[in-house]
Amino acid sequence: MSGSNNAPFLIGEHMTGGYGKSGPDILHDCTIAVDPGEIAVIVGPNGAGKSTAMKAVFGMLDLRKGMVRLDGEDITRLSPQERVAKGMGFVPQTSNIFTSMTVEENLEMGAFIRRDDFSDTMAQVYDLFPILKDKRRQPAGELSGGQRQQVAVGRALMTQPKVLMLDEPTAGVSPIVMDELFDRIIEVARTGLPVLMVEQNARQALEIADKAYVLVQGANAHTGTGKDLLADENVRKSFLGG
Amino acid sequence: MNQMSKYRAPFLFGLVAVAILGTGFLQSWNSALLIVNMGLVSAVMALGVNLQWGFAGLFNVGVVGFLALGGLATVLTSMPPVAEAWSAGGLRILAGLALGAATLTLAVITFKHMQKSRTRTAALLVILVGGFFLFRFVFDGGVAAVEAVNPAATGYLGGLGLPVLLAWPMGGVLAAGAAWLIGKTALGLRSDYLAIATLGIAEIIIAVMKNEDWLARGVKNVIGLPRPVPYEVDLQSDPAFVASAANLGIDPVTASTLYVKLGYMALFTVVLLILFWMAQRALHSPWGRMMRAIRDNEVAANAMGKDVTARHLQVFILGSAVCGIAGAMMTTLDGQLTPGSYQPLRYTFLIWVMVIVGGSGNNLGSILGGMLIWFLWVQVEPMGHFLLGLITAGMADGSALKSHLLDSAAHMRLLTMGLILLLVLRFSPRGLIPEE
Amino acid sequence: MDFLNAVVALSNYVVVPAMAYGSQLALGALGVTLIYGILRFSNFAHGDTMAFGTMAVVMVTWAFQAMGVSIAPLPTALLALPFGIAICAALVLGTDRLVYRFYRAQKAKPVILVIVSMGVMFVLNGLVRFIIGVDDQRFGDGARLILSARDFKKMTGLDEGLVIKTSQGLTVLTAVIVVAWLYWFLTHTRSGKSMRAYSDNEDLALLSGINPERVVMITWIIVAALATIAGTLYGLDKSFKPFTYFQLLLPIFAAAIVGGLGSPLGAIAGGFVIAFSEVTVTYAWKKVLVYLLPEGLEPTGLVQLLSTDYKFAVSFVILLIVLLFRPTGLFAGKSV
Repeated sequence: MSGSNNAPFLIGEHMTGGYGKSGPDILHDCTIAVDPGEIAVIVGPNGAGKSTAMKAVFGMLDLRKGMVRLDGEDITRLSPQERVAKGMGFVPQTSNIFTSMTVEENLEMGAFIRRDDFSDTMAQVYDLFPILKDKRRQPAGELSGGQRQQVAVGRALMTQPKVLMLDEPTAGVSPIVMDELFDRIIEVARTGLPVLMVEQNARQALEIADKAYVLVQGANAHTGTGKDLLADENVRKSFLGG
Repeated sequence: MNQMSKYRAPFLFGLVAVAILGTGFLQSWNSALLIVNMGLVSAVMALGVNLQWGFAGLFNVGVVGFLALGGLATVLTSMPPVAEAWSAGGLRILAGLALGAATLTLAVITFKHMQKSRTRTAALLVILVGGFFLFRFVFDGGVAAVEAVNPAATGYLGGLGLPVLLAWPMGGVLAAGAAWLIGKTALGLRSDYLAIATLGIAEIIIAVMKNEDWLARGVKNVIGLPRPVPYEVDLQSDPAFVASAANLGIDPVTASTLYVKLGYMALFTVVLLILFWMAQRALHSPWGRMMRAIRDNEVAANAMGKDVTARHLQVFILGSAVCGIAGAMMTTLDGQLTPGSYQPLRYTFLIWVMVIVGGSGNNLGSILGGMLIWFLWVQVEPMGHFLLGLITAGMADGSALKSHLLDSAAHMRLLTMGLILLLVLRFSPRGLIPEE
Repeated sequence: MDFLNAVVALSNYVVVPAMAYGSQLALGALGVTLIYGILRFSNFAHGDTMAFGTMAVVMVTWAFQAMGVSIAPLPTALLALPFGIAICAALVLGTDRLVYRFYRAQKAKPVILVIVSMGVMFVLNGLVRFIIGVDDQRFGDGARLILSARDFKKMTGLDEGLVIKTSQGLTVLTAVIVVAWLYWFLTHTRSGKSMRAYSDNEDLALLSGINPERVVMITWIIVAALATIAGTLYGLDKSFKPFTYFQLLLPIFAAAIVGGLGSPLGAIAGGFVIAFSEVTVTYAWKKVLVYLLPEGLEPTGLVQLLSTDYKFAVSFVILLIVLLFRPTGLFAGKSV
């Protein structure tokens, strides 16, 4: 799939930087990568810079050092909008839907940069999230928390991205809804789409992760498969609560 | 920055002084003094707006309303009472107004003390509608009686017959009262809602002054207001004055007009200096610092337990009172109250140009802005005439375009003021003398 | 019979004028509300934009009249409208380029933009006065009335006449067409939807690849069209005088806020609420009441609740009541 043989599909390498040109560094030599077919999660204690790391990969932060590559191409200097055009789908943590617009219009706006017929993609999204099809004429703002997140993910999928990035998709939803969302995300990943995700619920996230990064104070603390990290004594002690 | 700003203000004031002296030498000293006097009044207005906007970030575009209230105060304070009108219906008008106020109070009490229900709505409706017709019945009769009293000369209740200088603080008090009422209802609103609310209130104040003839003769105007300085004719017939004018080599007529204008100038300067001193003290007091802290971060100030709305109410009242004083001064200078002349473009938005050009948050800047913008307002028209004269010099006499252009020179004012505002906002957003 | 006469009198003096005035206000308020939704500030220059657009229409109309072009019985101004819209659109796009864009790039606070719009208001006000002067300009031609009082009385045999001016009929008809088109545009076209998306959630719209400058451009063009149409209809109905348009700012703002700033549907509702209240409160009800009340109870006075000079007070009081009791307006608008 990927152009280069060994290098990861999407990688933010040795990233150092913070918000604004003069803001303090939040990330310190942090590396995050994801490959097709896998789910990579970023976990860590509060304030560890999880979301910041993802935003750095997406270009919402000024990097002083390091680079971001997508499919072998250096995209470090591109704006978030340009990265979307390059094939990155991003779901922000909050205000990630157009509340006053219908579900279907949300999906259409997701496909805004596409000039071709996107009805197939929309059908795929509806297959993935059947509830959205039933509610497609309803304003998205009237939906429940879990359904809103489905709209948000669906919107990002509409560009047919080459990689999907989710910033805490389960924030503020009930455990049952969370499990369902994770199932859907696994389903998305099985189609071959790389998924990079920041998660607060570390244990559940590690269970579904093919690759996981534990960040502490903006730097890589542990890296490995989800299973390895769950088994790792240090990781469990430090923030999984034993 | 500090080094630069040390010379900046004196330099800019010097520039305005040169411009005014230039007017004196090139046009006439009478025009120069006219500009100075109205410039001083404008500076007071700008000080008032700066209190609200510069100190506290309150967006008041109802300045003209407070100026008009100051003007009204001049009439109510200084004109002699019309005894005939009072006996004809004065008390009835007062009773009517009292009824109106009672109706509103009753409605508010009912609203606050009854549970939300159909009964409450019905009760409110009965109170308001009944009260309204009762008010109109009592009030209209009184108004008709008062306005029938010698309508060509009076037809209104008159004032208190007090010295006209007392009207200036009275203007402040009247404007402050109105500001309290407005602030109580509208200050909780977001900035642009407050702007639109104040815009509307100003329109209403002007509408009341235009229509309620019993109050200050409406659009029939009140002329011949008492003056705090002597009349020109009295001076001209005073042998001592004529003699000293002759000593200076000025003819008595010119000397008398200059003397009168200098008198106003002295009075206005005193008021401006007092208000400036007070505004400076306020700015550098803990109160002023807190006000600016609230302006810069309302959320944080609120979280720190500052009562933002109460502070805003204070500064809104103070700023409006200053505008009221300025309005009374202006009407005193004019010697007449002409409600039809209160145009928002001229008396609200122009004052805003003064404050922003001078430098929001800087009292000295407001004074500079007031003087400078007023000078330009007056002088842009002759400059426009001159400019258009140049442009059209090559055109055939009597051509439609030429005469149209020459006729339109008067409208260059608004255009120029808008351009000045836009240019300052763009290239020097903190104004000519920025906030320290 | 008396009852019918009362209904006719009511329609003639209240309903018909208020419908026309309400349509004009609604179109004006739509412009204000669109600017608020997309550019996120209250545009104080809107009244003067209306004046400018109308002035352009007036001048093109005069040119047509001089050339002998006519679409009688319809007013020539209707033919001039597209030209006026184009001129006004060029003006607002130029203003945006020269003035507003700078502040947008800086992400300036809304209140700064409001002050900037005050500057634009001054410039436009001066420009209009400079070009066409301050006097009343009449530019209506074509048939004056759709229905005259005499015809109506003959048709129905009632004592009261019903007059419908061409300008009133045109106003309502045009407003319906414009509003229907705008609704269709906002809900059924890619550009319209991108406008709504941008208004709803700017950051997400950017993430979705919506070009903000394009959205802003389309918005200004639509606003120019709305302002020109509203101003021209008002001018045909009453007369064109620059200062009046400046004064329309208050009822237009009131309409937009009462409906809920940022909500197009609210702007329309707000326009009619304001118009009907203004007209009913300042109308002398005697004419209607004499038909309805039994003899002897007929009112002696005019039964006018407030003098017409207080019509601004009416829009203002409604505005204040709505702000105090329902700050987001009738149709929950957005608060920035």
